[in-house]
Amino acid sequence: MRALITAVYLFLYAPIALVVLFSFNSGRSASEFVGFSTQWYAKALSNTFLMDALQNSLVIAFTSAVLAAVFGTMAALGMERLGGRMRAVFDGLFAAAIVVPGVVIGIATLVALVQVFGFLNPLLAAAWPGEQPPKLSLGFGSIIAAHGLFSMALVTMIVKARIASLGRDIVEASNDLYATPLTTFREIVLPQIMPSILAGFLLAFTFSFDDFIIAFFVAGSNTTLPIYVFASIRRGVTPEINAIATMVLVASLCMILIARFLMREKKTNN
Amino acid sequence: MATSPETKKRLVTAALLAPASLWLFVFLVLPFIAIVVFAFGERAPEGGYQPSFTLEQFANLGARAAAFKNTLLLAPVGAFLCLVVAYPVAYYLAVKASPRYRLVLVSLVVVPFWTSLLVRVYAWMYILGARGIPHLLEMIGIENVRLLNTPGAVLLGIVYGYLPLMIMPIYVSLEKLDRRLLEASADLGAKPLSTFFGITLPLSLPGVMTGVALVTILLLGEYLIPQLLGGGKVFFIGNALVDLFLQSRNWPFGSAIAVTLVVVVVFILLIAMRIAWRFAGTRQVDLV
Repeated sequence: MRALITAVYLFLYAPIALVVLFSFNSGRSASEFVGFSTQWYAKALSNTFLMDALQNSLVIAFTSAVLAAVFGTMAALGMERLGGRMRAVFDGLFAAAIVVPGVVIGIATLVALVQVFGFLNPLLAAAWPGEQPPKLSLGFGSIIAAHGLFSMALVTMIVKARIASLGRDIVEASNDLYATPLTTFREIVLPQIMPSILAGFLLAFTFSFDDFIIAFFVAGSNTTLPIYVFASIRRGVTPEINAIATMVLVASLCMILIARFLMREKKTNN
Repeated sequence: MATSPETKKRLVTAALLAPASLWLFVFLVLPFIAIVVFAFGERAPEGGYQPSFTLEQFANLGARAAAFKNTLLLAPVGAFLCLVVAYPVAYYLAVKASPRYRLVLVSLVVVPFWTSLLVRVYAWMYILGARGIPHLLEMIGIENVRLLNTPGAVLLGIVYGYLPLMIMPIYVSLEKLDRRLLEASADLGAKPLSTFFGITLPLSLPGVMTGVALVTILLLGEYLIPQLLGGGKVFFIGNALVDLFLQSRNWPFGSAIAVTLVVVVVFILLIAMRIAWRFAGTRQVDLV
C-alpha cells in the first residue's frame, strides 16, 4: 500500500519537478542537464510580449476576483435570507456556472456578446454627441466578466458553507443586546466569514490567472499569459517556456497554500 | 413614506442578490439562450450566423461523429482509470494515514488541481515528446517509439490532470465513515476483505459517484489535453468547438454541438444525483 501511495505522489509531482529542473538548464536540451543557469529566466523577463501578457493576466485576475469576492459574498448573505424556492433557483444557477464546461461558457459568452455589441454599437453611435463614438468590443471587460461568473459561484459556495456552520446563538445574543443589524454584521458575522471570503478571493484569482479556454474565446485581440504560453508551446518546447511555467507554478502554489491556510482556520475556530 | 420592517428586509435581500443576479442573467442565462437560438439558425455565406428556424444543424451532428465518439469513449474510460488510481489513495489518506501527516498529504493532492493545467500538460509533452522517453529508449536501442499524439498519451494526461478531483470526494466520504462499523465488523469475525466490500466500499459510493460524475463532465468539455497530447489526431468535442468557432466560423453548427454537449452534461448530472441520493444524503464536497 505504502509503495503504491508513494508512486502516485511521484506521478503527481515528478513531471512538474522536471519542468522546474530544466528551466535551470544552461543548454537547450530537454533531456540532458548540461549545467545550472538562470539565463532562461532573464530571457523570459526581458520578453516584452510575455510581460504584457503577464500584466494583462494580473489585471484581469485581480479585477474579476475582487468582483467575485464582493458580489459572491453579498449573494451568499442574500441567499441566507431567501425562502426555499428562490433559494433553489440560485443554487441551481450557481451550480450550472461551475459545472457547465469552460469551452461552452466561452462560446456562449462570445456569441451573446457579439450580438449585444452588434445591437448596441449603432445605437451608441447615433446617440453620441461627439465625433468618435465609443465602440464596445471584446477584450479585458469580457474576460473579467466571464471569469467573474465562475468565480462568483465559487465564492458564493465557499462563503455559504461557512455561514451555514456559524453559530446562530452569538448573532441572537448580539441582537438581544440591541445591536443594529449592521453592527451585528460588522462585529460578529463579517470577522467570522472573512477567512472564507479571502480564500474565495485567492481561488478566484488563481482560477482566472490559470484559465485558458474561456479567455481564448472572449479575449478578442488581447493576450493573457495562458494564451501566450499556449501559442508558444505550439511553436515548440523551449527552456524559456519552462522558466515561465515555473514562475506560474510558484505563483499559483503561494495562492493555494494561503487559501488552504485560511480555510483551515474555520475548522479550529469553532 | 414609511416602509414596514418586512419591506425593508426584502429590499436588503434584493440588493444583496442584485449584482450576482445580473451576472447570472447576462453571462449565463442570456448566452445559453443565444446559443440555443443560433443552433436553430443557418450559417451566413461569409461565416457567422443568419437567422432561420431549421433543424439542419442538429441533423448534421453526424459530421462531427468522430469527436463525439472520442469524447464519449475516452471521457468515461479516463474517469474510470482516475477512479482506479484514486480509490487506494483516498482510502489510505482517510483510513490508514497517521493523523499527523494527513493534512500535509491531503494538501499535496489538492495543490496540483489548483495549479495551471496548461503547465501540467506541458510537462507531459516534455516527457513523452521526442526528446523525452523516446530519446532515452533510443539510447538503449529501442527506436521509433511514438508516445506523444496517441490516445494513450491523452488518457495519461486525463488521469494526471483529473486525479485530484477524483481523490477528494472519495476521501471526504471515507473520512466521514464511522470507524465503529469497521470495528464491529471485525469483532463479528469478518475478514478485512469482506469488511471492505460489505461496509467501506458501499458507504463510500456517494463519493465515488460524485468523483466519477465531476471528472466525466469536465472531461466532456476538455480541450487542452487532446489538443496538446493528442496533437489534433485525438479530437474531442472541445476541439471541434474551437475549430468551428475560431477557424471555420460555422457558428450555428458549433452552437448545435455546444447545446448537445450541455444536454449530455445535464443528463449525466441527473443520473449521478439520483444514484447519490439513493445511497445516502447529499454530501458536501470540499474542493479546497
